[in-house]
Amino acid sequence: MAEKKSPGKEFSKGIIKQNPVLRLMLGTCATLAVTTSLVNGFGMGLSVTVVLVCSNIVISLLRKVIPNKVRIPAYILVIASFVTLVQMVVKAYVPALDKSLGIFLPLIVVNCIILGRAEAFAGKNSVLASALDGLGMGVGFTAACCAMGIIRELIGGGTFMTGLQSLLSVFGEHVLGGFDGVDFFAKFPILEKISLQPMTLFLLPSGGFFTFGILIAITNRIAEGKGEKKAELRDCMHCPMAAACGMQPESCEEAKEETA
Amino acid sequence: MKFYFALLLMGLLTQNFILSKFLGICPFLGVSKKLNTAVGMSAAVIFVMVIATAVTYPINLLLETNDLAYLQTIVFILVIAALVQFIEMIMKKYIKSLYNALGIYLPLITTNCAVLGVVLLNVDNGYNFPQSLVNSFAAGLGFGLAMVMFAGVRGRIENNDIPKFLQGLPITLIAAALVSLSFLGFTGIVEGMGLI
Repeated sequence: MAEKKSPGKEFSKGIIKQNPVLRLMLGTCATLAVTTSLVNGFGMGLSVTVVLVCSNIVISLLRKVIPNKVRIPAYILVIASFVTLVQMVVKAYVPALDKSLGIFLPLIVVNCIILGRAEAFAGKNSVLASALDGLGMGVGFTAACCAMGIIRELIGGGTFMTGLQSLLSVFGEHVLGGFDGVDFFAKFPILEKISLQPMTLFLLPSGGFFTFGILIAITNRIAEGKGEKKAELRDCMHCPMAAACGMQPESCEEAKEETA
Repeated sequence: MKFYFALLLMGLLTQNFILSKFLGICPFLGVSKKLNTAVGMSAAVIFVMVIATAVTYPINLLLETNDLAYLQTIVFILVIAALVQFIEMIMKKYIKSLYNALGIYLPLITTNCAVLGVVLLNVDNGYNFPQSLVNSFAAGLGFGLAMVMFAGVRGRIENNDIPKFLQGLPITLIAAALVSLSFLGFTGIVEGMGLI
């Protein structure tokens, strides 16, 4: 990240080119676990974005204060504080989301996107750039979660955007005319007449793995068309623990040689 | 006694940490390439999970009696991070052979969601101390089972002719989907045996 980039680029790189989920393979646990519906995926994405932007700003502000040796625990502490904050807000205002995200809300602490960005970017760059970087990465994560959510909800349950009102309940009752998603099977009875049924499998864990695999294959295909590399677990550059890691698999060695 | 057996079965089969709870996916995808690294990683995870549970349980009691339950996330992650460092130092100094076997995996475990996840789940489910310990052990075993099984599956994948765009990660994830699907077959086994 040595070269200077324009603010717009800092923001936009996280959305497509370096999408944290589909390109850098970060934060896979949360992406797979909560995306059983679009609303859940969006809620998770939003929570992660808030934490990411806030922690990036604070870590960037403190980057000259934190001694290098204890930077990881310091980052974790900053991130954990913001996660607790978000957790309390969600619990208070959107209890339904808190219920469906379950332990994955506190587990944002160990989401490698956030620690990864702190280590790779916020600890070295100015506040504005870090905030934009966090926002871009957050939007990229949200987009990936939403894509997963749409696919799994549509194929697995035959619905679209169910539970929207529980997310919008913060703004009062009957926002957007009380629109609470579409159930295609209730709306179009013809679907059942031609013996179509939702594939519940997609809502199960196995469907999560499958959808994610296909999405990665598609992004790889597109990336290859543009002459970019495939997404692989070669993310030692992005892995927050790279410095402490003694594993050094072959792919990490390659990655190091390339950056050198 | 029945309940402990149920916990073990759930951790291993029906509520497997990797295949049905999506906790610890990063090591699952990253370290399951070879059987010996998969076993080493799993052993380290079981070890850290049980010790982390033993340490966080009294801390959680302390937090709850003082109305500080909202600090759980912060306190747990710091305790786990410090603990892992501490274990690594002790191992390096006194138990050299164990350090050689597990040491390299320890730093990776600090930010592993499986460890923090099991601690939080124990609290959420309201398990008492022995139950928490057994649950953590079972979760770790389940993690190990999935890792070891999947190392075998990946070994087979490597030797196959796979369409270009499915090579690498996508086919790994699809294989994981199939393994996870096969574990679906265990659904209801715990209830069926009348353990709960």
